[in-house]
Amino acid sequence: MTFAVELAWWQQTGIRAVVGLLAVLLPAGTLVYLFLFKMMSFMQSRLGPMEAGPYGSLQLLAEVGKFLQKEDIIPRKADRIVFKAAPFVVLISTFLLVLVIPAGPDAWFIDVDTGIFLALAVSSISVIGILMAGWASSSKYSLMGGLRAAGQLVAYELPLVLAVMGVVIQAGTLNVQDIVMAQATGEIFGWGGIGNPFIFTQFLGFAIFLVAVQAELTQPPFDMPVAESEIVTGYLTEYTGLRFLLFFIGEFATAGIFSALAATLFLGGWYVPGIDPTNDLFNVLGPAILLGKVVLVAFLIFWFRFTYPRFREDQLQQLAWKVLIPLSLANIVVTGILKVVF
Amino acid sequence: MTALGDTRQLAYIAGQASDARVNVEIETEGMTLNIGPQHPATHGTLRVIVKLDGERVVAAEPVMGYMHRGYEKLSEVRTYPQVTTLVNRIDWLGSFANEVPFILAAERLMEVEAPPRARWIRTALFELSRIANVVLFLGDMGVQLGAVTPVFFAFRDREFVLNQIEAVTGGRFHPNFDRIGGLKDDLPKGWIEETKGVLGRIRRFCDEMEDLVTGNEIFQARTRGIGVIPADVGLAYGLSGANIRASGVDWDLRRDGGVGLVHDQLDWKVWTHPDGDSFARYWVRLQEVREACDIVEQVLDGIPSGPVMAKVPRIIKVPAGEAYVETENPLGVMGYYVVSKGDLVPYRVKIRSASFNNISITPWLLEGTYVPDVISILASLYFILGDIDR
Repeated sequence: MTFAVELAWWQQTGIRAVVGLLAVLLPAGTLVYLFLFKMMSFMQSRLGPMEAGPYGSLQLLAEVGKFLQKEDIIPRKADRIVFKAAPFVVLISTFLLVLVIPAGPDAWFIDVDTGIFLALAVSSISVIGILMAGWASSSKYSLMGGLRAAGQLVAYELPLVLAVMGVVIQAGTLNVQDIVMAQATGEIFGWGGIGNPFIFTQFLGFAIFLVAVQAELTQPPFDMPVAESEIVTGYLTEYTGLRFLLFFIGEFATAGIFSALAATLFLGGWYVPGIDPTNDLFNVLGPAILLGKVVLVAFLIFWFRFTYPRFREDQLQQLAWKVLIPLSLANIVVTGILKVVF
Repeated sequence: MTALGDTRQLAYIAGQASDARVNVEIETEGMTLNIGPQHPATHGTLRVIVKLDGERVVAAEPVMGYMHRGYEKLSEVRTYPQVTTLVNRIDWLGSFANEVPFILAAERLMEVEAPPRARWIRTALFELSRIANVVLFLGDMGVQLGAVTPVFFAFRDREFVLNQIEAVTGGRFHPNFDRIGGLKDDLPKGWIEETKGVLGRIRRFCDEMEDLVTGNEIFQARTRGIGVIPADVGLAYGLSGANIRASGVDWDLRRDGGVGLVHDQLDWKVWTHPDGDSFARYWVRLQEVREACDIVEQVLDGIPSGPVMAKVPRIIKVPAGEAYVETENPLGVMGYYVVSKGDLVPYRVKIRSASFNNISITPWLLEGTYVPDVISILASLYFILGDIDR
């Protein structure tokens, strides 16, 4: 895509980021949110949001409006600065993650050669935010939640990275755009009819990635950090109003963005078979295609969320260190060998 | 103490002391956590003070009384028919079952017996309130373990049971339907057929719970081997109901008590489980809901015709004497010790409710568990705050 006016790189990136956030992410977020809420309601044999807007479609806005009106309470003994900053740290990690996900051959926010590396690096910033929230709240429940979160997120960072490793080996690049291209132009045993979405060759990696994402999101069955029946809501306990909303948005947005990452890495991203991947059409269709795939992955994630009870902290660590990490290491070894052989 | 002179004894003490010193060096400061009185998991106002070392519970102490409503004392200034209004509110999920033992005690003192039809209908309502009560437990256990979906199913299907109870008694939560000498009213038209449909629903719900909850690997990992109550310890603490049957004690007052109701004329089974852990308690309750469906079905098929009220005076004066009647209520054994001095009002009513005893085992049971297990064990013991505090 060429612009009529020559723009500096930072200007281009800035425009992409702002336009992308406003025009794509907000509606997409609302859509995904509505879909998830309706889906979860139907799973639980209830109607879900019905009043705000047609078919409850404006529920997200209604909730934002509600939370904005609430008083912003900070506990007297809290570490005020850290307490205030924590939700923003979590949110920053979420939004930095969006940047690396391409929505078309030219529709990207930033195109860096170490894209996936950057994504995994910024995703772990949220741990700091959660730990800050847990510690600064000066509440026992928050402290326990924060510490649980730290232990859990550190443990599950590893399988997450290792699961992505297989994809990187197969695509031969860390650049997310190139990973999509590798899937679009790839072949399955010499047949290139549908490209080669890595879910076929990296199915184990996909499964591990989903489990690890579930744990990173602190969702059931891995929601010990917020376990509402045990430690009230963990690190969120003392938050109200806007700051609570930021955590809340952060949680759902991260779910959506990790789904987008999974869709990009394993399901072929913005590409659908049948059209030449360099076709300009994808710049328009790409976001919609990606959104469809995101909804698919998000459906899986939330299906697990609303079906399973939660693990205990020690059982969670056992799962990470004794099952997921050995499996993902084996996956890397096998992928490496096959890469050399073929 | 000659034992102190023993060298082996001294060596043992020295060893313990050195251990203690090492532990002091690596010991972290303990933390006292108040679970409750306002806490999402206690569904009411139970407060459990737990002393924690990390996430491990060093000591736990339940604090009761936040919801004490003084029903025993209030009963002393109410006439006998008025007392049922109070006792309805003890175990508020299966409220009709609360009335039964009190009415039976009063009937025993007055030496009247309800006509057969009344006793059969009583049994049906008694078991329906058991279903309404335990179905909610089956869903709620999931919530305590972090799965929110089962409880929605539980509320959905419990609604139909409540509708049936309401159709007979006029009250969903507090029927106040049992009378000394019989029942307030007969069954409405078409009720028996409708109730059979509802029982089918509840059976489907049980199958659903078996699929969704009991079969789930995480649920099993969280409940099997957790909170094990050996039979002798359970009996020593006075546990009753499904809690003690889950420890392998085959004891059910519906079969072994033989008062007032018609369970002895029906074909049913007492379920037990040898393990005594949280899973066993869940499993036994699940089977008991199914069994209760069978009982209600048999009752519906066998209700004899006739009046629902025996001949009792308009103004009830209970002759002097005392009686203790206990029945197998949804939460366990519930008993009323009624002392009468020949007045319009009871002289003294002592209520033995199941949850009070069931919860008293928690200091023994919770020691050495983890915080998440505290919640799952409390949930599996299944108490209702009104039943603890009265």
